[in-house]
Amino acid sequence: MARNSAYPSKFLIAAGSLVYLFLYVPLAVVVLFSFNDSKLNAEWVGFTWKWYHKLFQNGDILHAAANSLIIATISALLATVLGTLAGLSIYRFRQKWLSALVLGPIAMPDILIGVSLLLMFILFNATLGMTSIILAHVSFCIGFVALAVQSRLSGMDQSLVEAARDLGATPLQAFRLVTLPLLKPGIIAGGMMAFTLSIDDFVITFFTAGVGSSTLPLEIYSMVKIAVTPEVNAVSTLLMLVTLVLITALSRISPMVLRN
Amino acid sequence: MLEIIDVSRRFGDFVALDKVSLHIEAGEFFTLLGPSGCGKTTLLRLIAGFDQADNGEILLDGKSLTALTPEQRPVHTVFQSYALFPHMTVAENIAFPLRMAKKAKPVIDAMVREILEDVRLPDKANHYPDELSGGQKQRIAIARALVNRPRLLLLDEPLSALDAKLREQMQIELINLQKEIGITFVYVTHDQGEALALSHRIAVMNKGEISQIDEPSVLYSCPDNRFVADFIGQCNLLDATVVATGEKNLRIAIKGLGELDVCTNPEIEFLAGDNCALTLRPEKIRLAAQLVADDNEVLFSGQVHDMLYLGDVTVYIIELANGVLIEAMLANDAPGRTRLFDTGDAVQIAWRTDAGHLVR
Repeated sequence: MARNSAYPSKFLIAAGSLVYLFLYVPLAVVVLFSFNDSKLNAEWVGFTWKWYHKLFQNGDILHAAANSLIIATISALLATVLGTLAGLSIYRFRQKWLSALVLGPIAMPDILIGVSLLLMFILFNATLGMTSIILAHVSFCIGFVALAVQSRLSGMDQSLVEAARDLGATPLQAFRLVTLPLLKPGIIAGGMMAFTLSIDDFVITFFTAGVGSSTLPLEIYSMVKIAVTPEVNAVSTLLMLVTLVLITALSRISPMVLRN
Repeated sequence: MLEIIDVSRRFGDFVALDKVSLHIEAGEFFTLLGPSGCGKTTLLRLIAGFDQADNGEILLDGKSLTALTPEQRPVHTVFQSYALFPHMTVAENIAFPLRMAKKAKPVIDAMVREILEDVRLPDKANHYPDELSGGQKQRIAIARALVNRPRLLLLDEPLSALDAKLREQMQIELINLQKEIGITFVYVTHDQGEALALSHRIAVMNKGEISQIDEPSVLYSCPDNRFVADFIGQCNLLDATVVATGEKNLRIAIKGLGELDVCTNPEIEFLAGDNCALTLRPEKIRLAAQLVADDNEVLFSGQVHDMLYLGDVTVYIIELANGVLIEAMLANDAPGRTRLFDTGDAVQIAWRTDAGHLVR
């Protein structure tokens, strides 16, 4: 009668392990070889910090990393402000199509967005550089912030705002003292998601970057074109670490937002 | 003090309020009572300023509220969901209306402390709302709405989320609080028992109109119409036709039961041939195995069709001739007795001619 509960759980453990191995073995290899005391990614020779030392003496990489941080910070900030406004208006006007339009760029292929942004910048005779990259990143990050803010808003008791007004708050005071503090986790989560997406983006940045505005992913790509050196492993590991820290913080701040 | 004059509100084709007029006195505990969709909450939102009437006028102390936004009205609301700000402590929640009124910090602190004493939660000042029980949240919501002494307090089904025992306790607290501070309360509920227990006066609403405004005892004993009779308490409603009119009594014919006398209703004038309904409260009916009717009583024989044992009383559904069902109620007051009769027992019932109340 009773089903043997050991069988499915053993199967699940095996299948689950396989999935996680599949996901993380390639990453583990990169991390491992970034500490390998050999020029070749072939066999384990010994532990070294050498590649990290070399990395921090490489002017191109440092420059690209600085670019990436500047771009990610500015575009995350801009996207957070605009995305919050978008989320608020989607919620206020209760129009499905508004939500679809702001979320559209999330679903669209990066290459399409990259090409169309490039065409637009050319059309307006804009010089490609940091500004064009930032504008591009803002455009694809807005949707994520809007989504985070909107889901936070729909979970909010609407009578809270009415209560604030009822108790003497002007519309602006009600927003500043009640709506905004309650939205804060959503806004922060959206902003951090935007930062993560911006710092990791390759395709769209590739189309919108100009001379001297290379970002870390672009720099890694140009290094890989010659050979996958241990230096590439080291810089990839660091990038991975930053992303991991951000994602972890994000899931701590607002598990709700990630779930939606 | 609060005057509502010919107020109408439509949402598309739905008429939420149809030319509603009423007058609420200062210091009154006034209840808007009705089933869901009757317009009571819409009216409350119009008074609070969350919504605008299509027609009509709302006057507070003789001045129109129409042009005032919610924050400009000296009217505060206790919401059904309490609407306590989750990111603020109890003290910060209560201080909110005082801050908005730009009161000085020491004044605010003193007023918050005082009102927390009034609602008997002085040690909860630094707690957050989600650390409070339902009843405590309720009291804080009331404290927050009262602390700045509004002219009018609106309460939107504030006790509906509480369990029955706590609700009764909160009802007593509300009555006492209102008596103490003397602020006019406008209370919205769909619970007729709650309305009867709390209010000085009740407006019974149905489909966007007011069916009757009266004191609880008058509403219960002398309903104006079938809706009020049926909505307030348990009631037998017997369709009838007026046969003959007299000085004190009317003779009516009830379908299946034949002709009988009832006292006239001084409020409504009936003519012979009019359709009417006899409203008869279950507790006004005498019930026994054998009855001798007085001069001013009518008597019928029947049998027990169903019975509901409710602890203090038992409700009997009696089937009379021609399948007419009458609900009667008997107290289980003898020690150890849970019921007088069983299903199928032959019984007799009687009621006085002035026990029923005739409505259109």
